[in-house]
Amino acid sequence: MTDLVAALPLPPVALVLLIPALAIPVLAVISNYRLGAGLNVLASGLTLVAGLMLLVAPRVRGDFLIVDDFNIFLVVLTAFVGFSTSVYSASYIGHELDIGRLTPVFLRFYHAMYQAMMGAMNLALVSNNIGLMWVGLEVATLATVMMVGLYRTPEAIEAAWKYFILGSVGIGLAFFGTILIYMVSSSVIGGGVPAMAWDQILVNAAKLEPRLLSLAFVFLLVGYGTKVGLAPFHAWLPDAHAEGPTPISAVLSGLLLNVALYALLRFKMVLAGNAGAIDVGAIMMTLGLVSVLFAALMLYRRRDIKRLFAYSSIEHMGIATFAFGIGGPLANFAGLLHMSMHSLVKSAIFFAVGHIAQAKGTQRLADLGGLSATHPMLAVGFALGVVAIVGLPPFGVFTSEFLLISIAFTHQPILTVILVVGLLVALGALLLRLQQVVFGEPRGKADPVEASYVPLFVHLALALVAGLWLPEALVRWFRSVASLLG
Amino acid sequence: MSTLWFDIAHLFAGGVLVLSLALLYQDRITAVINVFALQAVVLSLSVAWQSVVQGAPHLVATAVIALVAKGLIIPTALHRIVRKLDVHREVERAIGGGPTMLAGLGLVALSILLVEPVVDTADPVAREDFAFALAVVLLGLLMMITRRNAVTQVVGFMSLENGLVLAATGAKGMPLVVEVSVAFSVLIAFIVFGVFVFRIRERFDTVDVNVLERFRGERREHL
Repeated sequence: MTDLVAALPLPPVALVLLIPALAIPVLAVISNYRLGAGLNVLASGLTLVAGLMLLVAPRVRGDFLIVDDFNIFLVVLTAFVGFSTSVYSASYIGHELDIGRLTPVFLRFYHAMYQAMMGAMNLALVSNNIGLMWVGLEVATLATVMMVGLYRTPEAIEAAWKYFILGSVGIGLAFFGTILIYMVSSSVIGGGVPAMAWDQILVNAAKLEPRLLSLAFVFLLVGYGTKVGLAPFHAWLPDAHAEGPTPISAVLSGLLLNVALYALLRFKMVLAGNAGAIDVGAIMMTLGLVSVLFAALMLYRRRDIKRLFAYSSIEHMGIATFAFGIGGPLANFAGLLHMSMHSLVKSAIFFAVGHIAQAKGTQRLADLGGLSATHPMLAVGFALGVVAIVGLPPFGVFTSEFLLISIAFTHQPILTVILVVGLLVALGALLLRLQQVVFGEPRGKADPVEASYVPLFVHLALALVAGLWLPEALVRWFRSVASLLG
Repeated sequence: MSTLWFDIAHLFAGGVLVLSLALLYQDRITAVINVFALQAVVLSLSVAWQSVVQGAPHLVATAVIALVAKGLIIPTALHRIVRKLDVHREVERAIGGGPTMLAGLGLVALSILLVEPVVDTADPVAREDFAFALAVVLLGLLMMITRRNAVTQVVGFMSLENGLVLAATGAKGMPLVVEVSVAFSVLIAFIVFGVFVFRIRERFDTVDVNVLERFRGERREHL
């Protein structure tokens, strides 16, 4: 494998950026939708291979790109979920074409935007330059905005508009924060490109001017926090998830929120290295806890199944943010594990929800019912997904939540009680809905599902394996990253 | 560096800020677009001046981008959209002009109070420019909140980005990559906004985003 990597004309870190970039123009001109979908899968698959090669390739640390323990696992996770979602999308999107919700022209656009989003997320992940990281998140945001509005229904346009306005404002504020960071670091490191390199900033963190650094973090927190979907900056999230095509809901929840949180964590590491800066942990714990409680309560009144799981994403990003807010190797470990498990399980749930919505012809919860009688396989997949996401054993989400709660109790007993209440409230809501969708008298249409169940069950199987047994190498990996995060 | 150089830098940055305030009380869409174009011109002058003061020739590129894209092309296109769609010439507001101006003044004061004591280590040009830039960003936000019309929200967003460019160019020696990205983002923003403005018009016969709000929250029927 190492020889193979050495034989490549380009380093894998360039490949994870170039493959999606090259795929965009190709997919934009291919009018046959089956071929387009196939190429989309191929490009995502190649990106995944390049991502896996990063594991054995030598580490990169330049002024513009960086590959370290922290982002390498997120690149692999992003490429994996991106790949399985492209497989899912290939079987899903044909049905949308058949029922006339999409036209071939829009599908071309959709595939090109899909690769644009994947490439931009990889750019945000591997960039060492904080300006470049911002560019990656901005492009990923714009690509998803375009896709949320894809169906062109009034609801979709409203959702895309809201996402666009809130996302742009968030990203604008994050940029202001980035400029502030540069102003702080350039007075220590000197002007030019090195002052924007994250690793340089980290090395000099202790020497930076603390008040300005704190001000910068406030902007970054509000800016990137909007993209993470933390309450109270979450308003765009449920609409964007509910109105776009389901594969996009899966990658939004599973990947984009993670990338935004990753960006925030990079800056948290800088502030942790500066004695005079504000206590970032306390702010993140508060935001995380507010998100968990708010989302848990909002889960009860949902009438749309995709909206329901969008609120559940807010809850889970809140849990991860809370974990990183507590800090320390163990809580960070729990946070990282939770991010990965949420990625896998939530995208699996959206795969199932997409199948359900296509089979029943509706996303309205009141019209869904009796799934176990009409689509037994799908009902099993959906039920397992929900059981996993509410944090019941034996799935990986249980492991991460259990770990987090047991650590948090020693640091913040009162806050942890509140967190547990939030988790239980959310569990009640989701199990209630699960019961309603899966059991009872069959309601609504019951079209056969032609799309493949493979991505759904592969994700669930991975989450199950992670819940039962984490490979030693992976544990060591998470542990080293967790201690890196401080 | 002589005081005259400071003063000219401040004059331009202050000009951008004053035009941001002027944007807040415009009642007609065409006037909003014109004031925005003027702001972009003043911004490009400010950036050009920074390039002279800092001895950074690459900033000229940023100035030219600001002048051509935001001062010329985008306002022209927005005027065309307004004419073509025959949108309401009067601007509907969520909050009246007087309270908006008061809120705007409050935001300017806030940003000066916030930045002034904090940035005392940086050089004074950067510091005061930065206070202006923060105020422009916040006023852009305020404009997006108080206006109900999609076109004026577009302008509010772009004036927010003007504040970002002002801040980026005020920070000495900031690499070109960021300026390119700002220009690029404005371009994309314009495309996206254009697409949306047309789609909103197509679906709702209005660019008043208030109409969109009918669809907020839970939808009752599918499709």
